[in-house]
Amino acid sequence: MAAHLSSGRVNLTALREAGRRELREFLDKCAGSKAIVWDEYLTGPFGLIAQYSLLKEHEVEKMFTLKPGRLPPADVKNIIFFVRPKLELMDIITDNVLREDRGRSPQRDFHILFVPRRSLLCEQWLKEQGVLGSFIHREQYSLDLIPFDGDLLSMESESAFKECYLESDQTSLYHAAKGLMTLQALYGTIPQIFGKGDCARHVANMMIRMKREFPGSQNSIFPVFDTLLLLDRNVDLLTPLATQLTYEGLIDEIYGIQNTYVKLPPEKFAPKKQGEGGKDLPTEPKKLQLNSAEELYAEIRDKNFNAVGSVLSKKAKIISAAFEERHHAKTVGEIKQFVSQLPHMQAARSSLANHTSIAELIKDITTSEDFFDNLTVEQEFMSGIDTDKVNNYIEDCIAQKHPLIKILRLVCLQSVCNSGLKQKVLDHYKREILQTYGYEHILTLNNLEKAGLLKAQTGGRNNYPTIRKTLRLWMDDVNEQNPNDISYVYSGYAPLSVRLAQLLARPGWRSIEEVLKMLPGPHFEERQQLPTGLQKKRQQGENRVTLVFFLGGVTYAEIAALRFLSQMEDGGTEYIIATTKLINGTTWIKSLMEKLEPAPF
Amino acid sequence: MDCYTANWNPLGEETFYRKLELYSMEWGLREDLRDCVVAAAPYGGPIALLRNSRRDKTPSARPLLEIYSASGLLLASVPWKSGRLVHLGWTAGEDLLCIQEDGTVLVYNLFCEFKRHFSMGNEVLQNHVLEAQVFHTEFGTGVAILTGALRFSLATNIDDLKLRRLPEVPGLQKPPPCWAVLSQDRVTVVLLAVGQELFLLDNTSCSVVSPPGLSPSAGPFLHMAVSFTHRHLALFCDSGTVWMGTASLKEKFCEFNTGIRSPPKQMVWCTRPRSRQRAVVLAWERQLMVVGNSSECIRFVLDEDSHLVPELDGVRILSRSSHEFLHEIPEASQEIFRIASMAPGALLLEAQKEYEKESQKADEYLREIREQQLLPEAVGQCIEAAGYEHEPETQKSLLRAASFGKCFLDRFPPEGFVRMCQDLRVLNAIRDYQIGIPLTFTQYKQLTIEVLLDRLVLRRLYPLAIRICEFLRLPEIQGVSRILAHWACYKVQQKDKSDEEVAQAINQKLGDTAGISYSDIATRAYDCGRAELAIKLLEYEPRSGEQVPLLLKMKRSKLALGKAIESGDTDLVYTVVLHLKNELNRGSFFMTLQNQPVALSLYRQFCRHQERETLKDLYNQDDNHQELGNLHVQGGYSQQRIEGRVAALQNALDEFYKAKNDFAAKATEEQIKLLRLQRHLQEELDKPYLDLSLHDTVHTLILDGHHKRAEQLYRDFRIPDKRYWWLKINALATRGDWEEMEKFSKSKKSPIGYLPFVEVAVKHHNRYEAKKYAPRVPPEQRVKAFVLVGDLEQAAEAAIERKNEAEMSLVLARCSAATDGAVAEKLNRARAQLLKK
Repeated sequence: MAAHLSSGRVNLTALREAGRRELREFLDKCAGSKAIVWDEYLTGPFGLIAQYSLLKEHEVEKMFTLKPGRLPPADVKNIIFFVRPKLELMDIITDNVLREDRGRSPQRDFHILFVPRRSLLCEQWLKEQGVLGSFIHREQYSLDLIPFDGDLLSMESESAFKECYLESDQTSLYHAAKGLMTLQALYGTIPQIFGKGDCARHVANMMIRMKREFPGSQNSIFPVFDTLLLLDRNVDLLTPLATQLTYEGLIDEIYGIQNTYVKLPPEKFAPKKQGEGGKDLPTEPKKLQLNSAEELYAEIRDKNFNAVGSVLSKKAKIISAAFEERHHAKTVGEIKQFVSQLPHMQAARSSLANHTSIAELIKDITTSEDFFDNLTVEQEFMSGIDTDKVNNYIEDCIAQKHPLIKILRLVCLQSVCNSGLKQKVLDHYKREILQTYGYEHILTLNNLEKAGLLKAQTGGRNNYPTIRKTLRLWMDDVNEQNPNDISYVYSGYAPLSVRLAQLLARPGWRSIEEVLKMLPGPHFEERQQLPTGLQKKRQQGENRVTLVFFLGGVTYAEIAALRFLSQMEDGGTEYIIATTKLINGTTWIKSLMEKLEPAPF
Repeated sequence: MDCYTANWNPLGEETFYRKLELYSMEWGLREDLRDCVVAAAPYGGPIALLRNSRRDKTPSARPLLEIYSASGLLLASVPWKSGRLVHLGWTAGEDLLCIQEDGTVLVYNLFCEFKRHFSMGNEVLQNHVLEAQVFHTEFGTGVAILTGALRFSLATNIDDLKLRRLPEVPGLQKPPPCWAVLSQDRVTVVLLAVGQELFLLDNTSCSVVSPPGLSPSAGPFLHMAVSFTHRHLALFCDSGTVWMGTASLKEKFCEFNTGIRSPPKQMVWCTRPRSRQRAVVLAWERQLMVVGNSSECIRFVLDEDSHLVPELDGVRILSRSSHEFLHEIPEASQEIFRIASMAPGALLLEAQKEYEKESQKADEYLREIREQQLLPEAVGQCIEAAGYEHEPETQKSLLRAASFGKCFLDRFPPEGFVRMCQDLRVLNAIRDYQIGIPLTFTQYKQLTIEVLLDRLVLRRLYPLAIRICEFLRLPEIQGVSRILAHWACYKVQQKDKSDEEVAQAINQKLGDTAGISYSDIATRAYDCGRAELAIKLLEYEPRSGEQVPLLLKMKRSKLALGKAIESGDTDLVYTVVLHLKNELNRGSFFMTLQNQPVALSLYRQFCRHQERETLKDLYNQDDNHQELGNLHVQGGYSQQRIEGRVAALQNALDEFYKAKNDFAAKATEEQIKLLRLQRHLQEELDKPYLDLSLHDTVHTLILDGHHKRAEQLYRDFRIPDKRYWWLKINALATRGDWEEMEKFSKSKKSPIGYLPFVEVAVKHHNRYEAKKYAPRVPPEQRVKAFVLVGDLEQAAEAAIERKNEAEMSLVLARCSAATDGAVAEKLNRARAQLLKK
């Protein structure tokens, strides 16, 4: 069930198991039947740790969504709130508890499970409302880094970027540091830490401090990771703005992947049975889980979309050939062997059918003129063409009132690729946006400016060309089918963040000191001493393992690029990726938007 | 060694008892023990004495409460100032319970320091305590009281005090001659004797019971004894008969007639675990008798007044001058030392001795054992027997024998031997008279090393405890760290040393040993009223998170804030900030935050969700007009009335100007203008316009045919031409007003060209209209325009004219073989020609 987590270089099943154990222990503390009241945001991430069956085994009989009012009736002994430590949620819980019918018998016991950390603040809050005493168990469930795949961990903290860069609230960084400590407890102390950016510096400081806080608790596990690279998202604001062009990236851009699940329009997935001439098309969206447990998906997820079609058709041939085999099976032994392979073949066939359908859906969009025009403009910006003046396409899109997020992505992209826009250009865009989409977006624009996504070029010169050239961010001769460089993930643009990781591994950051200085925040290196017994003696040809932690989010295309580097024959480094949240340009910009709902007059 | 068995006394065929001296006591007692209330704790525990209490010859002299180690060293003494004491007893945690006549129980530690007190209830208070017993069960330490009203009250666990009053015993007129507390199947009951009858008192009832097989002539019961494990019961009868059996009174072991009719002063069980012999020791004034399942008994003469202390595997006998241990010889020792024993262990011991004498007999003995293949057993016996010996010399000779035997064995697991060497070293160390804990090996194993360490800590024998931990290589957190922490907690109570000295001394010893919580020690210091010391100690605490709660408790909130920020734990910062908010007045609260940006931004976050007005104050204080403006904008959107919104926006406008953000100010001005206009439109046209964007407002106006007004807005708000044209043709197409669109297209030269006209028309499925505009599209877009309207012929022509291969292919792709054959052919030809060149 979780085999895909152990497929990589680092066995992340151990992390998942640790999470499951902790959950079971808590559930067993509350003896008797239980109902869980969920902070809705948590259900997705929890699903990756434990399915309903695990909860059921521990006498969880009902599940509710946390909302104000009286709790639904349920004949259980325990009511457990699974919540993030947020005051808004505490108010809802208070309301729930106060409205509980004290006369009912048997009385229900209340418990709180804080995810990922118990909060004094929240408990104080509950105390002031006079309900703290109602809770028998108040515990924490340190669900910091959730294993998403064999090489991917995410905290799924939606607002991490906004909190860090707009609100100077570094709570998520504290959780990140804690998560890294947990990881080190399971996989050994990471001897080398590199980082770039203010948040990275803060996390590294906290890690060092936390380590000092537990002297003597000398970790005796042989280190699995050689290096930790902490990267601030604001070091590379460009990459998420660009449209991802890998298969997985496009699925995310178009349909949105949430906690490894995607919901797709059902039409293409209608069962093709004869005689049922499309009588009743399914209306529910088709929900698919996407991870490397699916062999075919593992193969194509990180390919440029243009290279996916040929793989799919090749696969189709192999599978139909395999099914043809049955005609050649003559002896009983041969038939038996064929039958034994059937389940696997059928799974492969349905997987192929699914992905062919998805690819068709995506192709409809990528071949549209609008997609092409948008991409052209993006690529012009990234390769440094006409970034300093008002862009016609953007203007036309605004005039036709294309979705606001699309506009914001493009304008921000232009701003980032020009190290800020000329005041006149910036004001023009802003005015166009306000007049077209409404003046309330002035706050959103303000947020984007605060985050540095949108800014006026102040005096200084445009650094982007230098950065682009030094880091070779734009590659004209990109090979989408058989890539030789990470730039294939954006068909030309090599993600800056991944380039930094690549250059760190070889030849080292010393070669790009100048450019590093142009990027925001400090860059640094820390070493964590290991006892002599644990120091690694590297075998000839053994790859190093680097954990790259993106503070503020990472896109699927960046992940694909890192995986590409892991698989390079002479790469010498394998990457495990951790992040505060899996993002794409749309979800990212959305998280920065101010949602103003005007009261109806 | 020949006289080794000299002090062995046989009881029956199989068993021997011996009495050995643990310590010669030098406690300088002037009185006889019988004049004192005595209580000695089990497991070699301390001895408490209350002197001058029995015979109040000189009422003026205060009684003295003294506590001695088992070796007779005075640990502490204190004059007894409280009420009349009835009974002394020790808890399992080595606290002294002093039970007073009025039912109050005072709890002291073993340094005579008062810890707490509790009462055994009103009933006891009124009727007074006649007799009391302290007992130990799996629930902890309990107290049972016989009151003056001849009723029993008991509490099974003094740490979780639940008083139980037992039912009345019918016909009880005077205090029973003897009674005892029994614990059976997790129920605590009282057994008492009244004349020739036994009563069992449980929570609800009183029932008569009788011991099976008791001689009819035994007579009334005078004394009873329950074994250490609550499993056995002994009864002494008027005729001098001792009945021994199970405490459940279901089985009788044996009966013995002592021939002495006066009741013994004390009667206690003396049996080692798993022994077949079950024996009882009785003490009269001048003699001690061991009786068991045998027609004979063992008698000892008592020179002095003595006190018996039952132990798990024997009895300790205290007197003014000595402290002895009486016990049954364990099997392994018997096997080895019994005269003429041929047990493998005995032979091995002999062999080793001969070997040392360099005699060839060693080989003979060894051969004999090996022939029977009993060498492993012999080694095992020697190791085991070593554990039971108190004399290091004997221990050594047995261990040497074991070690010698081991040499002739392949792969004999060494752990047992090593463990025994370690254990004996620990035992010898704690048996030293300076320490005075005479634990036997059996008791030690029952007690466990953890409890033993606790007891050393209780006696403040920190160095020894630490050395034992180090010697046994216990993990730091369970061992050394824990003991150092205890030491530090004791150290902070030493009032005669300065804060500086104490803090330094503690840090010097503790350093950063793993698992030490400086904040726990600091808490203890604070509890002792030494706040300054607590702060100094907290400085050593590496976990800043741990420092915060105590600092808050000590009202050092600002210091706490610094520590919380250091920890990076935002929750802690919040906690301190809210604490500060309640503690300080607003002004100084804000000032404090000013100096702590991290705290300030977190507090802002808090206010954003909980107290928006405070947020305004905060920004005001910083003159942050931009954020104030933003706040007003946000506030405006929660207004129910348009006037409110406008007023809020007006405020925002002012703030934006102050912030020198001209763009935002102008935009807000425009917004106000638009809102006013929308209200006007809404009233006039009776259609919702409010809260539409400018774009949508104009769009709606055009849709409704109010072209003049739309034009007006276009001019008033200086909408760029390009956008206005897009907007207008989209709206017109949606409205289907093709006439107006054509008029518009001719009003002046289109700033967006004519392709959008084509596109918009096609989008609204009007190819006819679209076709009108296609020719006006400039050549470079014309192919696309013709393709859009579906005129492939024209498209092909345009492409060929432009000699553009890509465009030709584009058109070709749209050609279907059936209908556009001619066009396709034409294109193909042109392309071929193009490629030729």
